[in-house]
Amino acid sequence: MHSKMKNAFSLFLTMLKIGLFTFGGGYAMIALLENEFVEKKKYMEKDEFLDMVAIAESTPGPIAINAATYIGYKRAGVLGSAMATVGVCIPSFVIIYIISLFFDAFLSIRLVECAFRGIQVCVVYLIFSAGLKMLGQMKKTVFSVVVVCAVALCMIAFSLFAIRFSTIFYILICGCAGLCLYLIKRICGKKEGMK
Amino acid sequence: MIYLSLFLTFFEIGLFTFGGGYAMISLIREKAIALGWLGEEELINMIAVSESTPGPIAVNMATFVGAKQGGILGSAVATLGVVLPSFIIILLISALIKNFLKYKGIQAFLGGVRPCVVALILATALTMGLSTLLNITTVWGGVTLDVRGLVILAILIFLALVYKKIRKKKPSPILMILISAGLGMILYSI
Repeated sequence: MHSKMKNAFSLFLTMLKIGLFTFGGGYAMIALLENEFVEKKKYMEKDEFLDMVAIAESTPGPIAINAATYIGYKRAGVLGSAMATVGVCIPSFVIIYIISLFFDAFLSIRLVECAFRGIQVCVVYLIFSAGLKMLGQMKKTVFSVVVVCAVALCMIAFSLFAIRFSTIFYILICGCAGLCLYLIKRICGKKEGMK
Repeated sequence: MIYLSLFLTFFEIGLFTFGGGYAMISLIREKAIALGWLGEEELINMIAVSESTPGPIAVNMATFVGAKQGGILGSAVATLGVVLPSFIIILLISALIKNFLKYKGIQAFLGGVRPCVVALILATALTMGLSTLLNITTVWGGVTLDVRGLVILAILIFLALVYKKIRKKKPSPILMILISAGLGMILYSI
């Protein structure tokens, strides 16, 4: 038990460090996690790490939190996953909380306001280029291309006509469409097999 | 009860985000704007701050929105809300479902979700771009060109292309944000 506590605490410290030095979200964190847990500490093999990344990307929620919970559990059970998750969140939490206290005052400075109008353009650019990058990496099948076009068109059209349709529905509908396609393929496959 | 509402909203956001921070933006935008927690510009400013500070974007956004609505307790419950679904799901998977990704049904579901998320990100960026650069939010509103914004966009795209050509990789988001801040200071203050 004592060693488990110790493991959990060391996980907490490592994740605290990783949380403090990751800029730009989950994907940036993957490289740091690999360096720390696969290469330095040798908690897991490269293969297991890659499986972990695949799970973190495929389950809902922030990738960083998924990864922290997973590594924490493998290393020191439920306590470990709690400590790792709290550790990775604390730096963000403290820094953003402090910023939130001064942000409005900061923005009321004329030059800062101008800077942020420039930054707003950049954010749109960054989101769009992240989307394009994901589009490039996506496996292109007839189905996936149809889904991308249909969802993008619907979302833009609905927003321009001020129709409310939650993002959650898009995700659920597309997931179910994927599932249906799979079932149809399987049923057709079986029928052909029977002939 | 603002704390409960913060917790539930961010729980929902955490539960339906697939594929990391950018994927979350469309859902946060929808919820936070509908509930009056953030305006479009404020949201975009916050994304910039999240990009330039350490940590997961989701936690940054939850902390900020929570702090604005309910102080330190608000940011704590919002962060807890966004983290909890991941935490529970990953614990279940690592404790009980060993071969989570091997199930054909789950793969098929994700096969539909992944392209959907790509489309959500692209469409969100486009609608944000239309509203900040052209001031188009609905088809009934007029169009006002933000010429300075368009100039900044053109310069950013040009710089990113040049950087990629010379350094063989994309410039980091923080570098781009710093450049755009400089451009904004120059162009908008004239």
